[in-house]
Amino acid sequence: MELLTNQILAGIATGAIYACMALAVVMIYQAIDHLNFAQGEMAMFSTFIAWQLMQWGVPYWWAFLATLALSFAGGVIIERALFKPLANAPILTHVAGFIALFAIINSVAGLTWDFTIKQFPTPFGSSPFLGSQLISTHQAGMIGVTLVLLLLLYFFFQFTRVGLAMRAAATLPESARLVGINTSWMVALGWGMAAAIGSIAGMLIAPVVFLEPNMMGGVLIYGFAAAVLGGLTSPFGAVVGGFLVGIFENLAGTYIPGVGNELKLPIALALIITVLVVKPNGLFGRAIVKRV
Amino acid sequence: MLSIQKLRIAAISTAVIAFAATGGSALAQKKYDTGATDTEIKIGNIMPYSGPASAYGMIGKTEEAYFKMVNDSGGINGRKVTFISYDDAYSPPKAVEQARKLVESDEVLLVFNPLGTPSNSAIQKYLNAKKVPQLFVATGATKWNDPKDFPWTMGWQPSYQSEGQIYAKFLLKEKPDAKIAVLYQNDDFGKDYLKGIKDGLGAKAATMLIAEESYEVSEPTVDSHIVKLKSLNPDVVISITTPKFAAQTIKKIAELSWKPLQIVANVSSSIGSVMKPAGFEAAQDVLSANYGKDASDEQWKNDPGMKKWAAFVDKYLPDANRIDSNLVYGYGAAQTLHKVLEMCGNDLTRANVMKQAASLKDFTTDTLLPGVKINTSATDFAPISSLQMMRFKGEKWELFGDIISADATAN
Amino acid sequence: MSALQEIVDVTPVEATPKKYIALGGYASVAVLVLLIAAPLFAKNFIIFQMTMWLIYAIAVLALNILTGGSGQFSLGQSAFYAVGAYTSAILMEHFNVNYALTLPIAGVICFAFGYVFGQPALRLSGVYLALATFALATAMPQLLKLGYFEHWTGGVQGLVVTKPDAPFGLPMSQDMWLYYFTLVISIMIYVFSVNLLKSRSGRAMMAIRDNEIAASAMGVDVALYKTLAFGISAGITGVAGGLGAIAVQFVAPDSYTIQLAIALFLGMVVGGVGWLPGSLAGSAFIVFVPNIAESVSKGLSGAVFGAILIVIIFVLPHGARQIAYLSQHWINKLIHK
Repeated sequence: MELLTNQILAGIATGAIYACMALAVVMIYQAIDHLNFAQGEMAMFSTFIAWQLMQWGVPYWWAFLATLALSFAGGVIIERALFKPLANAPILTHVAGFIALFAIINSVAGLTWDFTIKQFPTPFGSSPFLGSQLISTHQAGMIGVTLVLLLLLYFFFQFTRVGLAMRAAATLPESARLVGINTSWMVALGWGMAAAIGSIAGMLIAPVVFLEPNMMGGVLIYGFAAAVLGGLTSPFGAVVGGFLVGIFENLAGTYIPGVGNELKLPIALALIITVLVVKPNGLFGRAIVKRV
Repeated sequence: MLSIQKLRIAAISTAVIAFAATGGSALAQKKYDTGATDTEIKIGNIMPYSGPASAYGMIGKTEEAYFKMVNDSGGINGRKVTFISYDDAYSPPKAVEQARKLVESDEVLLVFNPLGTPSNSAIQKYLNAKKVPQLFVATGATKWNDPKDFPWTMGWQPSYQSEGQIYAKFLLKEKPDAKIAVLYQNDDFGKDYLKGIKDGLGAKAATMLIAEESYEVSEPTVDSHIVKLKSLNPDVVISITTPKFAAQTIKKIAELSWKPLQIVANVSSSIGSVMKPAGFEAAQDVLSANYGKDASDEQWKNDPGMKKWAAFVDKYLPDANRIDSNLVYGYGAAQTLHKVLEMCGNDLTRANVMKQAASLKDFTTDTLLPGVKINTSATDFAPISSLQMMRFKGEKWELFGDIISADATAN
Repeated sequence: MSALQEIVDVTPVEATPKKYIALGGYASVAVLVLLIAAPLFAKNFIIFQMTMWLIYAIAVLALNILTGGSGQFSLGQSAFYAVGAYTSAILMEHFNVNYALTLPIAGVICFAFGYVFGQPALRLSGVYLALATFALATAMPQLLKLGYFEHWTGGVQGLVVTKPDAPFGLPMSQDMWLYYFTLVISIMIYVFSVNLLKSRSGRAMMAIRDNEIAASAMGVDVALYKTLAFGISAGITGVAGGLGAIAVQFVAPDSYTIQLAIALFLGMVVGGVGWLPGSLAGSAFIVFVPNIAESVSKGLSGAVFGAILIVIIFVLPHGARQIAYLSQHWINKLIHK
């Protein structure tokens, strides 16, 4: 029994990592209507920028804010320079563009900062949280930040003009243009916000997994899985999905005899697919009615 | 089909032995195989410069820089070294393509230090059939020491299995009643170590080894595995992990205020890239074993060998991160090849390269621990086969005990 | 067509008119002559590279049937490739089956595997299908490593495969023989695929790709054709995998990671989605562009690769078939002047 609660707590702790990344995935999905395979690498690069600033002596919170701003700008620039010119190309060509971006960012980071792992500071400390050694104050802080981000995103998409306009631009571009929304800039704004959220995710994840150019490879897979499970259109679903994936993966690894530990990721993914077969839009996603 | 292959290999070994018998008189006149001339020696190399294992690309870059240094100081016996290194992205099919390119298109004398067990397994048969030396491969699998079946393949570093055996022997002696948990990476590296540990424990493995927990490199953290291991309450945790996961393990165990005896694999014993990120406090009393010096360890600051290494890095790899243990590894491996090619003299045939590589006697590189020596023979294709145990104290490793020859413990 | 519908029917592959699926008669003959003659003037190493080029072209073609033909997206092709490769390797090394015979077996096993996988995939489309196939690709190397299968698969160490000699004492090197052997199989698969897409079944698949609801309204058995497309694509990929195992002489879990699936996907995009001859161009991209990238810079080979890819998709967002269309257009102009 103790093992069960421990694994659930540990699952929540790792689930916070996935939830954080899943939020960034949902953000970009809301803006461009598909997944960005380079998102993890963008977050990794942002985290390296923060690390570099701190190496130069910038205090944590200033480095944090500067990274946020730089990442936002970087996201907008990438959209303007790379993906706007491809606006009329097929979606699969965009996906190839994401893969190209992935390769470029990973390789440049490797050359600039090499592959040795780096310690990344945490503003929350890493002592046990409320006496539980399984969740550190950093992980608790991470869950807190994730929830705050979730609230902000929820209000942004539900109640602000820009947020509503962005959703309109992503789901019904033509109609959005007709009511005077600059859809092209909405996409760029979405890229910027997704990059900024990604940078927060990166800076929160790095203290746990250590900073290096390949740190987001695994995280992104789980982030996608979490976002898809929760429903790609729902920030709330993404966070729930993140925790569910974290917990389920741990339980599968611990309790499924024989192959559980060796195959815990495949088992977790298989479960997600089973959920999708029953609920094709994820647990909390909006069902889209098809029109012919 | 297989029997023809075996016959062929048998014929090669006979040829090598026959050559060895007459080798002495041949030294005087110049003899060359493809890849060597009066002015040049061509060396091929394969590294994962891109893809998931790109961290190791630094080894190839270091070796390239090393031979640049050799050329700047006059080359080897008056010949310049041309070092041709290709990227296989850690993919075995790509490694085969690159090995064939090196042999058939660039026409190198030998393939030196290709990295990774899967890639080397993929090219071993081809290189042996072509009678091209596959020298000092950059992997610790045991199978490279097999001169009878693969007379053209030779390892370099101590094998993973023998290191695992050393830890097992240590535990049998120091903590015979210990309950051991092993966390290992689910690939050739992890499984080889695990086998070494089990072999070393022998009959006691059944009682002492209480958990074998594997993780995948694609996992972001190994935290949940640590939680699971803790619930089994072992006294000893052996972590057969690559640097990132080793640091996570040490850090997580400390966060859980858990104090088992910890052993980390040699590949993850770097102070700069594992112990420091994990936190010195958390890393106290961790055990490991090593055969080389750690560039980030203060105790070697005034060591003549490491000073030479530092001067090399300053001049030829000025932008490199010195705490990267791959810089030391590449330097040591390249220095071993340098020695072999020097010993070849003017007889730069592939057979003589293998013969000289198999005649290293008490050779040491600038980067090996004092007392660790490279010895090879016609029946011993494992150049470095000894390690010394060490304990992390303060901010450096304290070596203790004798230099343990893995040969003695093997099999 | 409303924008909403565009979103729903993910993987909006452009409709490919039937006559554009394959090359014209003269062009086909020219390419074939080149493919037959080239090895006579090349070194063994180049012949080996060309063999790998053909093998990956078969795998890209298989993905093209799935995505270009039936509109289903897959990031899991490496799994089918791996099953094919291991089937061939295990049959050859453990059961001494002739290498040529292992290929149809690999094809049939992969067809069954793909068909079964296609069943749950029926309910998924777009990013969801991408995730499902991606899961398959990440699971495969882990399955191959499992201790339970180690006796057959060789576990993490993999299996070494013996390379076949030319039969009947033909005076050609192993490499050249394997090249022509691969070429014959590639041609067979290509002809089969072109005919498949032109047949009733192919038209049904393309109808599903263009508009699933309309297709089902017209009486197309959507479920049957979608799973069939998965099966056929997997079967062909399996044959490519088997050939790959024979050519490389080695199979190991590390050979068939998600990287391979991504490479095959890029090959399809670069060649042109839905245009079968483009598979050759796409496969050339997979085999040769990484080599170009590393010759430019070792430290930045990934970045150079990415940059080349971006240039290609900027200039040719529709892949190599854009070149084919344009040149055909100009030739027609010249003729009709």
